[in-house]
Amino acid sequence: MTKLEKNDRLVKLSLLVIALSAISVLAIITVFIFEQGTPIMFRYGLKSFLLGQDWYPSEKSFGLLPMIVGSLMVTLGALLIGVPLGLASAIFLTEFSHRRLTRILKPVIELLAGIPSVVYGFIGLMFLVPFIRNNFGGPGLSVLAASLILGIMILPTVISIAIDSIRAVPDSYREGSIALGATRWQTVRMVVLPAARSGIIAGIILGMGRAIGETMAVIMVAGNAADIPGSILAPVRTLTSNIALEMAYASGEHREALFATGVILFVIIMILNTIANVTSTRQRKK
Amino acid sequence: MKQRGILVRDFSHYYGQTRSLNRINLDIYRNEILGIIGPAKSGKSTFLACLNRLNDLIPGSRVEGKILVDDQDIYGPEVDVVALRRKLGMVFATPVPLPLTIYENIVFGVRLLGNNNRRELDQVVEDSLEKAGLWTEVKDRLHTSALKLSGGQQQRLCIARVLALKPQYIMLDEPTSGLDPISTMKIEDSLRSLKKDYTIILVTNNTKQAARIADRTAFFMMGELVEIDETPVVFTRPSDKRTEAYLEGKFG
Repeated sequence: MTKLEKNDRLVKLSLLVIALSAISVLAIITVFIFEQGTPIMFRYGLKSFLLGQDWYPSEKSFGLLPMIVGSLMVTLGALLIGVPLGLASAIFLTEFSHRRLTRILKPVIELLAGIPSVVYGFIGLMFLVPFIRNNFGGPGLSVLAASLILGIMILPTVISIAIDSIRAVPDSYREGSIALGATRWQTVRMVVLPAARSGIIAGIILGMGRAIGETMAVIMVAGNAADIPGSILAPVRTLTSNIALEMAYASGEHREALFATGVILFVIIMILNTIANVTSTRQRKK
Repeated sequence: MKQRGILVRDFSHYYGQTRSLNRINLDIYRNEILGIIGPAKSGKSTFLACLNRLNDLIPGSRVEGKILVDDQDIYGPEVDVVALRRKLGMVFATPVPLPLTIYENIVFGVRLLGNNNRRELDQVVEDSLEKAGLWTEVKDRLHTSALKLSGGQQQRLCIARVLALKPQYIMLDEPTSGLDPISTMKIEDSLRSLKKDYTIILVTNNTKQAARIADRTAFFMMGELVEIDETPVVFTRPSDKRTEAYLEGKFG
């Protein structure tokens, strides 16, 4: 073996070690969460965790249904707000706006992703929560407030991924469609969006992952009562908030129950990511 | 007596500061195949884009002079651009079927008009594919993706798609530049038979193609119309030295 070949092999080997160690850290975290969280789930029964409505850790009652419902409601609300806004912005910026305007606005939107979530939460608490309390009633700390804040927080993700997938649609499709007598909007609706569809869906699911995983901003505006919210003006607690709120003082089975919360969150996010991967690979095959 | 369909008068086109067409004057007769030849960057494709106002899509595009299509000034204030583009169907150099099924590609433009009658759409699909010489090859797989067709088939699909709009003019921008000789022959055959119902404007880099199927040929160079005449005249007794030089392959 020549010296160069030896060098090559050495580089390959060290890169392999580095890659493996990064992956193994992730694997260890996963194993740890499951190892800490699953025993209690089986001890009390999966059903009492997933469907139990009462969360009284001091009385050994670990029903997570309010938090599961809370997370899903808040996430759905965020999507109802963030997706139409994000998609409309992306369509405008790619298909209708002046190129110079896009060049200015796109980095600005991406900058929004860099604002710390505690700042979003603070703004929500200072302006949004009183606004809701004064105009719609209720405590203000609510599903609505959390959904609005999260909807805004996922905008950068939805917009920039939608822009990328709309840009990836070949211009020749647009020309072809317009030469067939379609208007710009018909072209967008019938050709561009269907062609970019799976990229857009992947963006929405990543936004959804962000919404479901967001903790700080949600804690600040959601009210955090561990009950299934009766309306969008009622307070709500999400899975992530549940962990963050109680981790400081939890011990014993309470601590395990918080890990169980993490397991459920983990599984939900894995499912969403898998859906995102499947939809985006399906596009490439087409 | 030949009827004039399109009249181009003192027509110039600019991309920003660059002039891409310089005072073009020509007539296009109904039911003829007009071949347009010329070296790269001669303004052939721009000329086509100006005829159905696809040049509107390019920022900084500007025109002077007039183009009359069926006596209507197409740069006039009351022009329905969408209707104009239906009247002058366009086939591009690279066949670009939309990412839809064969069937949906063909009825795309028809649906845009709001026609969703299944039986009529079926009829349009069959007629258009028949005229484009593709029907027998695809009739059993109309509902499969158009992107799976071969290059030659895709190009004939694009022609069929344009025919479905019932245009009066068909403009083709180097329609066979990426195709093999047999596909090219099939498309030339389709064009010959389409001539009786349509007026065809064919931009081609292949001068032999113009010689084979064009009734008249126009030679463009650097944004100018150098000459236009009956095809045999242009090819055997060109009146301009530049035409002669181009046809002999001295540049291009």
